[in-house]
Amino acid sequence: MGCGRTGAAIAERLDREGHRVTVIDRDASRFGRLDGGFGGRLAAGNGMDMEALERAGVREADAFIAVTQGDNRNFFASQLAREVYGVARVICRVKDPQRGEIFGRLGIDTYSPTSAGADAMIAMLAGEAPA
Amino acid sequence: MYIIIAGGGKVGYSLARELQGGDNELLVIERDGERAAELGERLEGAALRGDACEASVLEGAGVRRADLVAAVTGDDEDNLVVCEIARHHGVARVLARVNDPRNALLFGKRGIETTVSATDAILAQIEQELPVVAVVPVMHLHEGLELVEVRLPETSPAVGRTPRELLLPPESLVALIVDSGGVPRIPAPDTTLTVGDALVVVTRAESRAMLGEALIGGAHGFDT
Repeated sequence: MGCGRTGAAIAERLDREGHRVTVIDRDASRFGRLDGGFGGRLAAGNGMDMEALERAGVREADAFIAVTQGDNRNFFASQLAREVYGVARVICRVKDPQRGEIFGRLGIDTYSPTSAGADAMIAMLAGEAPA
Repeated sequence: MYIIIAGGGKVGYSLARELQGGDNELLVIERDGERAAELGERLEGAALRGDACEASVLEGAGVRRADLVAAVTGDDEDNLVVCEIARHHGVARVLARVNDPRNALLFGKRGIETTVSATDAILAQIEQELPVVAVVPVMHLHEGLELVEVRLPETSPAVGRTPRELLLPPESLVALIVDSGGVPRIPAPDTTLTVGDALVVVTRAESRAMLGEALIGGAHGFDT
């Protein structure tokens, strides 16, 4: 969910690895970010809308990854995927580390690019090999 | 009771105005600076500018000692996050306004009390000692149709019946039943209505009085 730079990169890589991938974004023009060889499905729609998620095939999904620009939208859609549709693996990007920590305790796998970026740069500063 | 209201729009403001005074201590958190200043003037300073989804803002508002957090912004995702963070900080009672009624399902699964947005309904839910005897309009649909919420009082002739057995006005349909625990259900043929159920009904605006008679009973039902 979310066809930004991160979403597109994840979708392309998983597609190349042979997974069945559907990308959902409320702005269909963002699908232009995907390279021409992308073989997955495109679903224009709001990932917080249950009907749009169902059209995108959430009921058959083994994993759901939410990477829109909005922390709360990502969390909301992740909770729908997990609580309503029982998706086994749900990963949610949360830029606000404090919010991410709380969401993590609620059983959602969260990734905070803010914390990860800060950690990596501090490690670089200390002369450690970049991750 | 210390009540934090997240979202200072129309719903948040009227809720605050109704709850202010008495033994209640109240704070409205509003993201928009101008609106927060305006609320501060109107609510004797009981407004804070900030994003209630930020843990630090809620902490600054003293969320740990709040008895109730009501998240009533116009965005369901924000309301969910506010409720989850508040609960994480140990708030005993969290309440969310649900803008898209279909989302009541998710809030129910998360154990969060919900209401379908009308201020009166939220108030009634907070001040449970005041029984609501009203047909509360929630949303205008198309061509004279509207969505209303009715909580069944003890005197309701609908209690103990199934939605099909009700004598509803023409073009009326019980769309959703939210039980007193806040769990929403789509009515089934064998669903029996009980006291405290909130019925979300599609009806015609001119049928409100008749609907009140069917669901609340007596002549008091029209006293909205």
